[in-house]
Amino acid sequence: MPTTAPSDPVQGLAAYSEVTASEASLRRFLHGLPGVDQVGAEARATGLGTRSIKTTSKAWALDLAIRMVDLTTLEGQDTPGKVRALASKALRPDPADPGCPSVAAVCVYGDMVGEVKAVVGDRVNVAAVATAFPSGRASMAIKLADTRDAVAAGADEIDMVIDRGAFLAGHYLQVFEEIVAVRDACARPDGSHAHLKVIFETGELQTYDNVRRASWLAMLAGSDFIKTSTGKVQPAATLPVTLVMLEAVRDFREATGVQIGVKPAGGIRTAKDAIKYLVMVNEIAGDDWLDPDWFRFGASTLLNDLLMQRTKMTTGRYSGPDYFTLD
Amino acid sequence: MAFEYAPAPESRSIVDIKASYGLFIDGDFVDGHGSSFKTINPATEETLAEIAEASDADVDLAVKAARRAFRGWSRMSGKERAKYLFRIARIIQERGRELAVLESIDNGKPIKESRDVDVPIVAAHFFYYAGWADKLEHAGLGANPQPLGVAGQVIPWNFPLLMLAWKIAPALACGNTVVLKPAETTPLTALLFAEICQQADLPPGVVNIVTGAGSTGQALVGHSDVDKVAFTGSTGVGKAIARAIAGTDKKATLELGGKAANIVFDDAPIDQAIEGIVGGIFFNQGHVCCAGSRLLVQESVADEVLSRLKRRMGTLRVGDPLDKNTDIGAINSREQLDRIRELAGIGEEEGAERWAPECDLPSSGFWFPPTIFTGVTQAHRIAREEVFGPVLSVLTFRTPAEAVEKANNTPYGLSAGVWTEKGSLILHMANELRAGVVWANTFNKFDPASPFGGYKESGYGREGGRQGLAAYLKAEEA
Amino acid sequence: MARIDVRKTYKLYIGGAFPRSESGHSYEVTDSLGKFVANAALASRKDVRDAVVAARKAFGGWSARTAYNRGQVLYRIAEVMEDRRPQFEEAVKQSEGGTAAAARAQVDAAVDRLVWYAGWADKLAQVVGNANPVAGPFFNHSAPEPTGLVGVLAPQSSSLLGLVSVVAPVVVTGNTAVVVSSYDRPLPAVTFAEVLATSDVPGGVINILTGDAAALGPWLAAHMDVNAIDLAGVAGSTELATSLEVAAADNLKRVRRAPAAEPDWSADPGIGAMTAFVETKTVWHPIGI
Repeated sequence: MPTTAPSDPVQGLAAYSEVTASEASLRRFLHGLPGVDQVGAEARATGLGTRSIKTTSKAWALDLAIRMVDLTTLEGQDTPGKVRALASKALRPDPADPGCPSVAAVCVYGDMVGEVKAVVGDRVNVAAVATAFPSGRASMAIKLADTRDAVAAGADEIDMVIDRGAFLAGHYLQVFEEIVAVRDACARPDGSHAHLKVIFETGELQTYDNVRRASWLAMLAGSDFIKTSTGKVQPAATLPVTLVMLEAVRDFREATGVQIGVKPAGGIRTAKDAIKYLVMVNEIAGDDWLDPDWFRFGASTLLNDLLMQRTKMTTGRYSGPDYFTLD
Repeated sequence: MAFEYAPAPESRSIVDIKASYGLFIDGDFVDGHGSSFKTINPATEETLAEIAEASDADVDLAVKAARRAFRGWSRMSGKERAKYLFRIARIIQERGRELAVLESIDNGKPIKESRDVDVPIVAAHFFYYAGWADKLEHAGLGANPQPLGVAGQVIPWNFPLLMLAWKIAPALACGNTVVLKPAETTPLTALLFAEICQQADLPPGVVNIVTGAGSTGQALVGHSDVDKVAFTGSTGVGKAIARAIAGTDKKATLELGGKAANIVFDDAPIDQAIEGIVGGIFFNQGHVCCAGSRLLVQESVADEVLSRLKRRMGTLRVGDPLDKNTDIGAINSREQLDRIRELAGIGEEEGAERWAPECDLPSSGFWFPPTIFTGVTQAHRIAREEVFGPVLSVLTFRTPAEAVEKANNTPYGLSAGVWTEKGSLILHMANELRAGVVWANTFNKFDPASPFGGYKESGYGREGGRQGLAAYLKAEEA
Repeated sequence: MARIDVRKTYKLYIGGAFPRSESGHSYEVTDSLGKFVANAALASRKDVRDAVVAARKAFGGWSARTAYNRGQVLYRIAEVMEDRRPQFEEAVKQSEGGTAAAARAQVDAAVDRLVWYAGWADKLAQVVGNANPVAGPFFNHSAPEPTGLVGVLAPQSSSLLGLVSVVAPVVVTGNTAVVVSSYDRPLPAVTFAEVLATSDVPGGVINILTGDAAALGPWLAAHMDVNAIDLAGVAGSTELATSLEVAAADNLKRVRRAPAAEPDWSADPGIGAMTAFVETKTVWHPIGI
């Protein structure tokens, strides 16, 4: 692959049009990507986890992490009341501190988009999971209807799942075409389109080689973000999985000029973990990605820990969970 | 705003460095009969302590103490010797942070390495050989193998405490007693280890530490009552030792220089290979005998590997060894810095292209930025001589046969690296490479259970593992 | 009238061929009573040089043979020796004196020793190599490999059993050898070379020079393309042995030191003669998916 980014992303992408022209060529391309050695990748992730950052950077990093949170509830028991409470929290995570930033988005099932929108308006994005989340086991027609429904309800972002069965069976072109179709379904009448995040469910893909292949496949299909997990399968996001995806977006931009975002989701619960992820973003992809437009945390409990650490930074003493809202 | 890392310095207060140190002979610290020298912090050039230089007479006292102690130590049952070694291992773990900080102060290596690599492996080494002490009859060296006697051990400055462990742990487990000379520039952790021997109530004379420079080492190696010589250091000194013990009954283990090839094929796991290249040459400032100092990269991926390598090198942090975020610490001595500068200068004069990322180096202390040379051929001195610093020579190859030929085209044979996803190619390369350690899809890994040592002019004998016992035992005489 | 003997002038064995000494010199070999037996080539330093070149050239192929195949080749040497027992017995008796029974016993022991070493070819790695349980997700294993090219100063007294006892362990492990035979008792070595030439040993794997260990040893010990040296042939010559060891240090040859006196070669040899000329290679690889 080329090592300097093409100046024109359209041309950059066009150079890869042949890759996705057939099942055989796509397969050849994905299997021609450099392998990932598990032990080495995990050692690198662990090494990055030992970096420590200074006080002023830490305050900035905590606020950045809050701004990157996709505050999530994806439960069968979700109600309008629960979702509205979460949306309020997304707007004002720390009611005691007006200086505390809002999160990036609220992430809900498609039928709850309107409830969130009613609370947050345009101040926080609304992300909807779609395409028969979390398993992805439904007909294409249902997946597309699911997507269009959420977009019509006002979703700013669509978090779709790939068909892991098809991917693991080696039907890469089928997965590719599904992503392309969902992306088309994200279009709005005004010509804009909801941002598309593509969830791999890396816990089911199992190997880092598969994660790297899925990353390239999704990026070539036009996803705006690549996302690790639904949160419904263990393991969800891990540092090394995110490392492999960050390498993929870094390499993809070098190859095509197109920048893609990354979203680890599920299992990130502490501010300490979040900062490890940010260190990794900084060292692997670079500081262009240190922005809510390019990196998100799919999380629920993480937010309160970030808030507690943030309070510790300002007050100098450790806080407790009673001082933060549980929604 | 961009991310800024610490300074996140490890506290120095955990170590208590005395103003001066004597020699550790027969269980006590004693004044030497020779002069003294200073050991300094290479990151700041501050004097850390005054160290006694052992004279020939001091060395003789130490050897005599070891000889006296040998009788009791070698006749002690293995299971009792084992308990002393287990004690030492445990104390090393307990005092791990102290040892790591002291090592970084005296040596210049990043605390991240002394804390996460050196000291844990030191403890593991004592645990490993402690377990052997009462199982020697199962080591494949005869039914009732016997210790050799007094071991004279001379170690280098690049891994002061780790090399001490590699020398002392197997020697003691096998029932030998030792006189060890640490390197002139890095004596402090060996002297702290002497305190640990006291703390463990190790019988006096079993371990003796004599500090000094080359002449002290010569006196030790040449002492007529030394039965075994173990040396880690330069090939030049190794040869001198081999000559010095010619015609004697002394057994020798020599662990010497290297000029390892780190071979990257076009189907390598590229991101891990980059990490392996970086870890291979910049770990411990490149002060590593098995460092992957020659990168052999297949031509078809050479540009990509180089561009990724340079990008990665841009994220390396050079500076205060005690800062937990430091990747590359201080060069150990001015002498070594001068040597690195000289060879790097020769690299440029011979037409290789030099590159280093921009990095701010501290104004005092000894520093050299991570550096690569491209356009290097086998004829360049930087491709043949051991630089022993953070300097990588990059060469290319086209076929596996060419890679093997270039990799083996050196008088050294300590280690080699291979990066490819093709299993049969890994095993082929592992067979063909004339080196004592072959790391495939990894590099610079060490473990007490894993034998380490070289082919050809990288020395002889093995340290670590079951094989490491052979260096300190002989078959029972009929 | 008695038949006139055809007197032989023996040659060197280098690279599978039988050249005369490059120097053209030969020396008279006498039996144990001092009676002329034959002329043997007197190897020179240039013959050492040529033999080293031949042994180096043979190393790649020989060390790459399967262990099983090396064992077969050694066993084949034993088979051919067995066929020529009378010739070896005569050579030993002529060289060393003593009884026919003693000569026969030595030949028996020499053939048996070759068979013994032949069987080691595919076992030594199992006995001295092993898996290493390192504290991490790595496959790690150590195995012996041949050191390379070994110079062998063969014993001066034991002309056949001694010779076989120092040569077999060197080559069975995959090394190649440049051998300097006993000076006074070279005939069994010469006969051994003829056996090698008619067995399956590739040319250059074993090279045999007849001549003076004191004259050739220094060239072999100092040669920078020789990886190791066995000083058995200078047993008891402390000063010479020391000087050879000093010369060997120039490229850190592995040295099997000269014993104070020539040992009893009929004793159980153990595996020490093999492990003296192997290198332990340790290979690491990550374990993952």
